[in-house]
Amino acid sequence: MTDSRLILPGASLGRRGFVASGAALLAVPLAPLNAFAQTAAAPPATAVIDVDKARAEPIPIAIPVLGSTGGPADKLARDIAMVITNNLARSGLFRPLDPAQFAGEGPEAGAPNFQNWKAAGVQALVTGKVESQGGDKVRVEFRLWDVLPQAQIQGTAYTTTLSNWRRIAHIISDVIYERLLGEKGYFDTRVVYIAGTGPRDRRIKRLAIMDQDGENNRFLTDGGFLALTPRFHPTRDQIVFMSYARNRPRVYLFDLGTAHQQLLGEFEGMTLSPRFTPDGNGVVMAQTGNGGSDIYVVDLATMRPRRLTDSGGAIDVSPCFSPDGTQIVFNSDRGGDQQLYLMNADGSGAKRISYGAGRYATPVWSPRGDLIAFTRISGENFAIGVMHPDGTGERILSESYYVEGPTFAPNGRVIMFWRETPATDARGRGFSAKLVSIDITGFNERAVQTPTDASDPAWSPLLS
Amino acid sequence: MNIKTFGALAIVALLAACSDSPTTMTETKGAGAGAASAGIVPGSQEDLVANVGDRVFFGFDKSALSADSKSTLDRQSAWLAKYSSNNVQIAGNCDERGTEEYNIALGARRASSARDYLVAKGVAGGRITTISYGKDRPVALGSNEDAWKQNRNAITSVR
Repeated sequence: MTDSRLILPGASLGRRGFVASGAALLAVPLAPLNAFAQTAAAPPATAVIDVDKARAEPIPIAIPVLGSTGGPADKLARDIAMVITNNLARSGLFRPLDPAQFAGEGPEAGAPNFQNWKAAGVQALVTGKVESQGGDKVRVEFRLWDVLPQAQIQGTAYTTTLSNWRRIAHIISDVIYERLLGEKGYFDTRVVYIAGTGPRDRRIKRLAIMDQDGENNRFLTDGGFLALTPRFHPTRDQIVFMSYARNRPRVYLFDLGTAHQQLLGEFEGMTLSPRFTPDGNGVVMAQTGNGGSDIYVVDLATMRPRRLTDSGGAIDVSPCFSPDGTQIVFNSDRGGDQQLYLMNADGSGAKRISYGAGRYATPVWSPRGDLIAFTRISGENFAIGVMHPDGTGERILSESYYVEGPTFAPNGRVIMFWRETPATDARGRGFSAKLVSIDITGFNERAVQTPTDASDPAWSPLLS
Repeated sequence: MNIKTFGALAIVALLAACSDSPTTMTETKGAGAGAASAGIVPGSQEDLVANVGDRVFFGFDKSALSADSKSTLDRQSAWLAKYSSNNVQIAGNCDERGTEEYNIALGARRASSARDYLVAKGVAGGRITTISYGKDRPVALGSNEDAWKQNRNAITSVR
């Protein structure tokens, strides 16, 4: 049999209504096209190669323009191939063949000419077809081939609306990543961040959201108040962030579907640095008071806060749960300067884990559980790094005048953060804030395009 | 190069480096000095800025009040005693050389430090609200120590 068991026939992939543009999306398996597939090496459940090998030698893959049936389908056939190509190239783990090399080939119809692709040095091949189905419905057929054994690794047909075509391209990119590398991808995701405009003494900071590749940008607040530090809910179309609305800086929930904002709890002091608990039923955050700040968990069902730390005037801030919900890493100056501490989910057993040179901040736990990413401030420089949860194995990934705020892709393989450049004069010219992504090994650093200055990125879970 | 001029400049630079307070802002205005300035209404925000001093400054990652800061706050408490219907907000701010969330808490600590001092000097706590902008509302836009000194502050304003 083929790989159809790997796909849920007819499964709806449109969990996040708002984020998915409200369009339902259906995926059904496709039978293999060629005779070879029947005899190909069993169900290709195992990856062709693993991530470590792909870092050293990116997988050569060809993604020609898909076949199409005329009308809007023709443009989509080109655009989908391009988005897949860009996704895979940006990961650093694939080496998409330059389209110029197969410009004369035309779309593949039927079984591919494997000899040609083999001669071109291609290891994996993507083919497909885009059909308009009347109205704004569109069907996208996608097949992934292993060139050497001439085997179809995956075949799926997606049906959705025209406006949803980018998600199809991202979902296909994730399937390619997963089938060839043996683990989940991160392309069908969004990034929520803070868009910054205007001079810094009157800086306008708005909530904004975009696809992970920088497309589909939209601003969620109007700039009438400062918005800071947004983070995604693990399953709902919701974010939690800090807002200076009505000059009362507090943590708010923000519904992505309705744009409704809801104050989170009734706190005397400022509330800040929120993150959802891994099960999505609560928010862990800090409240200022007594010259310091303490960490609380707010139950979203009852809106009741539970106090986790009593710092006695020290600053306890930036809490983040481990993915299994048993521990919290946070930032505290209780020992004199900012360091990272680990405590149990009930607030007990706090112990310091950062012991390198400098001050440490903004800890965030990898979705895999194996790493904590952080900002380190030492000497003149800021750095983004990772360490194991016990504090060992610290590695610096990127260092410059100012970098801050790492966030993990949902598969834990890529980190996004922001970088600022210093002002070069007293009027603040030369300052910039831009998003950057980097592989957790420190290779493949790339700029993430945004229409304005950008900071405070937070990566969503996989949407599908 | 005029050696004399160079020497004088060097001394100014040294003084600036040693001082807790930025060279471009003064914390040491005498109360009442210039009170008669045209157009300034006694008890107004302009009065506070021009004749009392509306802000105090802090060391890097610090919230302790310097002697300069205390004398500014002494004048503020006297001014608040005189204009007893004035309520104020104290906003704590930080320089750009710290992380965002920690800086918001640090700004709150600075505002609270100034507030606690005023309360100890007899200003009713109910007249003072505090807020922190972290590093999001800098006064000086440069990326150098002179700008950072100005931005590590607690600013009092009439509400």
